Amino acid sequence: MKQFLEGATSIAKTVALCRPGVIAAYPITPQTHIVEELSAIVANGELKAEMVNVESEHSAASCILGAVATGVRAFSSTSSQGLLLMAEVVFNIAGLRLPVVMCCVNRAVSAPINIWNDQQDIMTLRDAGVVLFFAESIQEACDLHIQAFKLAEDPAIMLPVIINIDGFVLSHGYEAVEFPSQEMVDKFLPPYNPPFKLDPQNPLTFGALVGPEWYLETRYAIHKTMLDEVPNKIKQIAEEFTKMFGRTSYGLYEKYKLDDAENIFVSFGSVAGPIKDVVDSLRERNEKVGLLRIITYRPFPQEIGDILLKAKKIIVLEKDISLGATGALYSDVITSLYISAHRNKVSCLPKILGYVCGLGGRDISLEEIEDLYRKEDLVESEFVGLKKENLGSFI
Amino acid sequence: MFAKILVPAAKGINNKTGSWRSGKKPNFLHKNCTGCRMCYLVCPEGCIFGSKKKYDVNLDYCKGCGICVEICPVKDIVMIEE
Repeated sequence: MKQFLEGATSIAKTVALCRPGVIAAYPITPQTHIVEELSAIVANGELKAEMVNVESEHSAASCILGAVATGVRAFSSTSSQGLLLMAEVVFNIAGLRLPVVMCCVNRAVSAPINIWNDQQDIMTLRDAGVVLFFAESIQEACDLHIQAFKLAEDPAIMLPVIINIDGFVLSHGYEAVEFPSQEMVDKFLPPYNPPFKLDPQNPLTFGALVGPEWYLETRYAIHKTMLDEVPNKIKQIAEEFTKMFGRTSYGLYEKYKLDDAENIFVSFGSVAGPIKDVVDSLRERNEKVGLLRIITYRPFPQEIGDILLKAKKIIVLEKDISLGATGALYSDVITSLYISAHRNKVSCLPKILGYVCGLGGRDISLEEIEDLYRKEDLVESEFVGLKKENLGSFI
Repeated sequence: MFAKILVPAAKGINNKTGSWRSGKKPNFLHKNCTGCRMCYLVCPEGCIFGSKKKYDVNLDYCKGCGICVEICPVKDIVMIEE
């Protein structure tokens, strides 16, 4: 049944369908509505779960770490500074191989304080060993949550998953969302049955101190799982989801009008929506253009380089920047292109234009995106829509 | 793929930590001991054992801190190089 709902409410309702046993969160804009709605669902008795009101995001993450370690499905959600406060624990969750699922409502990072959307917050946890999904629409965000639990809890994977949704654009936007029935979700997502858990009857030590003779292998195991097992499992789960719920789920990435495209946009998150509009309008004028939308950003799909190798020009558009270097996606695209070229023995690489847009919620217009398409000069993470009058001395 | 990161719970005593020792170890002379038990009481590792006027150290856990040597009122314990 379709319902016209706010993004945060839709995600909360979907998470409730996944039957988490423990939910812990601390309110932070623009994430608050998700846990607000979940706490109402729990208080109304519609979901049997422990709703833990914690004193900080560090505690929220610690709480769900503990819950999942005891074999209970758990969920949390946060944004920006909250995610940064969770950072230490998120590394631990991944290191302990605990299948925590979280929603990160992407927001700019202070200072200056800014509550609007960009994707800088999650880039700080890019290397934590977490599977990262980026949703384009509210419907996709909901669908990814159901899939995330199945992926994380797979006995061969056992890694945390964070679903990223753009703050306000998706969290506060309204969309007609299709909700599956409880029976269907139960069928798709069986109860969490961990291969190991904290149990007084069978005591285990989690996260003990290891010396140099052990640590290297713990990292290698996560890396290998990310590279070899997660991508296939994501594809498999997306296919299963599509078959069962009758809605296409793309899994690793979406190829939008790429078949004969010479110029390819690469992006992720909700900005893919306007880019698709630009692609459509350019296609009407017989321009060979398409969009490669990354859904799974970590592990970074290895096919990306192969797909892009056929292009003449690549335009990377992202809402984050590694200050002093380049955008994160830009460097990943270049890396995977170089690897693909080397593997396929291709010596000529396509032209790559890297752009950073929308930091701190700055709007990007269709005209601006089309302007980027017209440009030919190579740029490394150039800022789009910069206001010269805002720059100058301190005061 | 997984690394072996989970271990069955065990008592700390199974982990013999004497290899971390500083390079010196206490030597109990057994000459002037009065049986005051001060060495036994101050040892941060709790690895001094014995009774009456005869005490000794369990080197599987001793870190070589030398507190027993400092506290001994009759200088019946000395630090020696390993």
